[in-house]
Amino acid sequence: MTHTIRLPTILRVHAGGEATVSARGGTVGEAFADLGKRYPGLVRQLLDPDGSVPVFVNVFLNDEDIRYLQGLNTPISAPSEIILLPSVAGG
Amino acid sequence: MSDEHSSILVPEAIRKVMVSHARRCYPEEACGLLAGDADGRLTNAYPLTNVAHSPVNYVIDPAEHFGALRHAESKGWDLVGVFHSHTHSPAYPSATDVALAADPDWLYVLVGMERMDTLSVRGFRIRDHQITETTLSFDSHH
Repeated sequence: MTHTIRLPTILRVHAGGEATVSARGGTVGEAFADLGKRYPGLVRQLLDPDGSVPVFVNVFLNDEDIRYLQGLNTPISAPSEIILLPSVAGG
Repeated sequence: MSDEHSSILVPEAIRKVMVSHARRCYPEEACGLLAGDADGRLTNAYPLTNVAHSPVNYVIDPAEHFGALRHAESKGWDLVGVFHSHTHSPAYPSATDVALAADPDWLYVLVGMERMDTLSVRGFRIRDHQITETTLSFDSHH
């Protein structure tokens, strides 16, 4: 099951400049792990050392923020779109 | 948007959204996103919630950010920038703005509220921690 992952501009440098990449997996975490096989630098940006999603990255699976689902354990039952949005913040 | 050598037209409706949102959110910082079309024109401003609810910081509500993205895409636009207010400092990116700049291609619009009678609105690019001002022109006919 292959999913499409849309990357924000700031992360594309870690994926050869691509705006979208594909990954396989039955959960969001598995999709990220699959992504890490080809783009290890990208996944280092997407996951904290403890394996959680950092606060400055928002992950939407089929229009839902995975923080309000089951996080990285959120199951994906069909080919899906995962959109990564950077946190927009300042002072 | 490639505008390093030219100004960006800010339609009056968009300027009004940014300034009105800044006044409405005061004393907290206001924030929102900007959409643009394929020709580099600004097409919409989305006034969004500052979930930090702070006079010195802003964090755009992620769900509202996503909603703005979907709306912009439904119109054939892209999200091309962000605006926020500085309630007690000039319309110039702060060190925090530079450190947290999310997109090197975005236009960063600042609404300075040092003088409440005449708010200043200025635009910048923030790339590799370098600030470059982009001249904004304001058109009352849009």
